[in-house]
Amino acid sequence: MLEAISAVSKWAIPVFLTLVLVIGTLRRVQVFETFVAGAEQGFGLAVKIIPFLVAMIVAISIFRASGAMDVLISMVSPFFNLIGAPAEVLPHAVMRPLSGGAALGIASEMIEEHGPDSLIGVLVSTMQGSTDTTFYILTLYFGSVGIRKYRYAIASGLTADLTTLFASIFIVTLLFAHLS
Amino acid sequence: MVNYIWLGMILMGVVTAAWNGQIEVVTKAALEGAQTAVTTAFSLIAIMAFWLGIMKIAEEAGLVKVLAVLVRPLIRLLFPSVPKDHPAVGAIVMNLSANMLGLGNAATPMGLIAMNELQKLNPKPDTASEAMCTFLALNTACITIIPSTIIGIRAFYGSADPAMVVGTTLFATTCGMTAAILADQFFRRLYRLRGGGLC
Repeated sequence: MLEAISAVSKWAIPVFLTLVLVIGTLRRVQVFETFVAGAEQGFGLAVKIIPFLVAMIVAISIFRASGAMDVLISMVSPFFNLIGAPAEVLPHAVMRPLSGGAALGIASEMIEEHGPDSLIGVLVSTMQGSTDTTFYILTLYFGSVGIRKYRYAIASGLTADLTTLFASIFIVTLLFAHLS
Repeated sequence: MVNYIWLGMILMGVVTAAWNGQIEVVTKAALEGAQTAVTTAFSLIAIMAFWLGIMKIAEEAGLVKVLAVLVRPLIRLLFPSVPKDHPAVGAIVMNLSANMLGLGNAATPMGLIAMNELQKLNPKPDTASEAMCTFLALNTACITIIPSTIIGIRAFYGSADPAMVVGTTLFATTCGMTAAILADQFFRRLYRLRGGGLC
């Protein structure tokens, strides 16, 4: 199983790259010139998203460093105990939509501390693997085309995140209750 | 909504810092956050340039169009406002495929190309269109077949079976993606009813 999975991750991009170039050449595309023309936009796009990223990351950074994040976590934790989930994973659940790097850091730390094959280790791995950094994606994607009014995108994104979180807790505590 | 979330995070941060008697943390965190944002944006230049170049070839070779034809029925269902042969369709499909395979580096540039195409169809350039909201909902909660990053971390910390979270992740993301589609449909109707006045 693991071999097959790591083979797919390893081969997907080289195979895609080769396919695009070979088919492009067969279809008489000037591959080098076309690549350069496309790549040219990379810099402009990165510069364009800076103000959006600054706004979002500054707010998240203040929220975390001030201790407001810990207040939020302590407010949610009684509810977490109620559904029978280990409260240790709560900081990760709160951090995941806000900061990809910080969430990955928390996940690695917990895997190291509790062991990758413990209940907490499997749960936090599932949580890390199954959701994305919603706020970063929204900021980046909307920022790249200059959209400032997000309408209901945050609401549906967070609904999906919550569902994924509860589904992770449900399936892991169901299948791996024998681990400790 | 984004206004209130943003305001809320900063106000709560300032109040909590003052309450804890460490108000100086706020200034430091703000400047560090800004620094992180710029570093993140600049580190994107490399992968963006590479993938935008490759995608341009794929587009000129007609590959994006072929892909779009293959998944047309599904796309018409989820994105009724996008014309069936529009280049946005191909980019959306490529982005979601990369997400499913856990190829985050490739998914982002393709997603940005899709947003750029969707923006061409958007009547109000500063406001998210319905198609964009659907696309982002799918993006933040996409079915993941191979969670490659976390498998790597599990292997690093000596797991007996690093890939054993593949099944649980697939289950959780399937639930999440279903919720994303339902929530998107629900909020879309709610917004139409209220005339978009909520935010």
